[in-house]
Amino acid sequence: MQSKLGLNFKRVEYARKTAKSIADDVQNFVSNYTTIAVERTLCRLLGIDGVDSNQVPLPNVVTDELKSKGVLSHGAVFYISNAMVNTSLNPQEIAERIADGTLDITKLNVAPYEERMKAIEPLIKASIEKIKSKTAKREQYLQTLGEGSRPYLYVIVATGNIYEDVVQAEAAARQGADIIAVIRTTGQSLLDYVPYGATTEGFGGTYATQENFRIMRKALDKVGEEIGRYIRLCNYCSGLCMPEIAVMGAFEGLDVMLNDALYGILFRDINMQRTLIDQFFSRVINGFAGVIINTGEDNYLTTADAYEEAHTVLASDLINEQLASLAGIPEEQMGLGHAFEMDPELTNGFLYELAQAQMTREIFPNAPLKYMPPTKYMTGNIFKGHVQDALFNIIGTWTHQGIQLLGMLTEAIHTPFMSDRYLSIENAKYIFNNMRNIGDEIVFKEGGIVRNRANQVLEGAISLLERIDNEGLFSALEKGIFADVKRPRNGGKGLEGVVEKGNNYINPFIEIMKGGKRHE
Amino acid sequence: MSSGLYSMQTKDFDKTLDLSKVKPYGDTINDGKVQLSFTLPVPSGAEAVEAAKQLLKQMGFENPQVVFYRELTPGFTFFNCYGSTVHTVNYSDIHVPKVESQVMSMEETDRFIKENIGRPLVVIGASTGTDAHTVGIDAIMNMKGYAGHYGLERYEMIEAHNLGSQVPNEEFVAKAIELKADALLVSQIVTQKDVHIKNMVELVELLEAEGIRDKVILICGGPRITHELAQELGYDAGFGMNSYADDVASFIAQEFVRRNKKVNNYQK
Repeated sequence: MQSKLGLNFKRVEYARKTAKSIADDVQNFVSNYTTIAVERTLCRLLGIDGVDSNQVPLPNVVTDELKSKGVLSHGAVFYISNAMVNTSLNPQEIAERIADGTLDITKLNVAPYEERMKAIEPLIKASIEKIKSKTAKREQYLQTLGEGSRPYLYVIVATGNIYEDVVQAEAAARQGADIIAVIRTTGQSLLDYVPYGATTEGFGGTYATQENFRIMRKALDKVGEEIGRYIRLCNYCSGLCMPEIAVMGAFEGLDVMLNDALYGILFRDINMQRTLIDQFFSRVINGFAGVIINTGEDNYLTTADAYEEAHTVLASDLINEQLASLAGIPEEQMGLGHAFEMDPELTNGFLYELAQAQMTREIFPNAPLKYMPPTKYMTGNIFKGHVQDALFNIIGTWTHQGIQLLGMLTEAIHTPFMSDRYLSIENAKYIFNNMRNIGDEIVFKEGGIVRNRANQVLEGAISLLERIDNEGLFSALEKGIFADVKRPRNGGKGLEGVVEKGNNYINPFIEIMKGGKRHE
Repeated sequence: MSSGLYSMQTKDFDKTLDLSKVKPYGDTINDGKVQLSFTLPVPSGAEAVEAAKQLLKQMGFENPQVVFYRELTPGFTFFNCYGSTVHTVNYSDIHVPKVESQVMSMEETDRFIKENIGRPLVVIGASTGTDAHTVGIDAIMNMKGYAGHYGLERYEMIEAHNLGSQVPNEEFVAKAIELKADALLVSQIVTQKDVHIKNMVELVELLEAEGIRDKVILICGGPRITHELAQELGYDAGFGMNSYADDVASFIAQEFVRRNKKVNNYQK
């Protein structure tokens, strides 16, 4: 590819190799461990759902039982398959009996491996087929209805009430949105369970539940058919339930998932070991289900300075790319994140943003890059904010970003009103149409500000990657390399849910799902 | 839709400024001009425009004008409007409670603490409850600060501990006791459905239950926080938009001296 920035692709290749070494090191650790969230996910993949009489989700009942008996390390699949052979009950019935206290699955005779695997084989197949049927449905819609052109217009709904969210989402789709993200209620990322059923109460967002996913998917399919365009649904595979949310999304046909362990570590103080293990399985599922993952690098810049720390975003994108690749996610599903967050007072700030966006585009040519709007310097001056969002939109179309998270003029004031979303979509559509081919017309002069900046950021990212590679990612996070935030390896939330895999441990889904076998 | 543009209508109102009867200003004193936008859950059309105008009249606007309207989705119409309000306020009579401290620079505050207190003040801060936003507390506490104002971590005479976000009140209070904090900073960004009020009140109750409410300077901040609200909720000070570390540090230092003079709360 001809670089508009004169990027040295040998250096890019070296950066990628260094990032791979970092990711491999993380994966060596991850492979030996499981977490309580991974095991709950496996329960769901074996067909366990619903809640007990105290509203505790049954996957939690099963895994809490294993944890309290000190045998979580052998994993849910081992105990459930064994219980099936011993009792002839199905996993749901087994979970219900554990909830009743009438069955102890840790005290049964151990059946031979072959018998256990035979018992769960039809269940595995059923789950895989269920996910495949959702991806097939998406493919079919994309062929019959088509989709919006890139950058996709991404807007959020955040009323707290899933039924009100539907009204807002339908309106946004009719106005031109391509992706609807249902923001989660504040605090959900720290829940070590996924609430059950449709919900109507949330703060600054709506609970992610499988039922809420289903309700919104159905509404978007309906409005998509009405307007003749497939509308993608986005939610959040982050926090303490990463893989669980991934599997719920896969079952309900979600298209996009925020899915970034580094984000959870830095901004939610989730234990780094826990979340990197969770992330691997969640990405395996997302990869298999054809879900575009979105990474959270943009958030670094809400705390660290966007100009000075731009290279940390690129470094993290490169690491995230390698971690995603190890989980079998194709490049076309890697919505690597970056953001338009420089101080508007910065002289030539637009040129630096342009350099960053064009550089990211050229380094990840096949990724549907997720481009985040200004938030840090949105002040409540909605009029200026609308202009800031316009500059952001110009760069989005100019540099061919994949997913444009539309900025709202009322950012920093409230979650969007219906009219905010309208104005924001109008802004983006105006610019995307009016400036459609600007990127094909304009080249950057040699030795100019834009080219110099891009190469400076690349070199900064390489030095940082070398440092992280020497330290190891865990140690680098302890030292506060990203976003000026320091996190201890054994601190943060969720460490108690991490165990080393035992002798009997098995997770048959990784093998099946990895490598995108959904089209076979 | 552009009625009123280039209006030759005489402006038959008193154009002198009277601070006891202040009105919005467009381009003439007392013209009362206000711009506003809103959405009505009705379909677009002449009835929608009339509904918007009637609403404007009820809100106290004369000569209501709908300058733009658009159906956002079937059954919801968005309006941009102008009107001249009939209402006035008595500006001369207004008294707003403000944080009563002299804002000092970082160097001045450090010197003030050295001279008047003689030891570093321990300040802990967090975004408490379910609030996941660190942007506010970081702006005040992080070394780097915000908009050219260094954060508390950079102060020589302040021992700053930023506990981050989503810190439960119980944990926050436990940390305050453990670190023998002189001042507590609570950041609240998410204010939907007044979730912050409940959370902030709960903290005061916890501090009282632990018997340390009087031993700490309790401060809250956030874009929707006012000093008045802070005081109502039992806090010593509240900092809203456009407040920086300098404002917070100056208040802490001066309030500490006002209360204790060199006496340590915990007899360190």
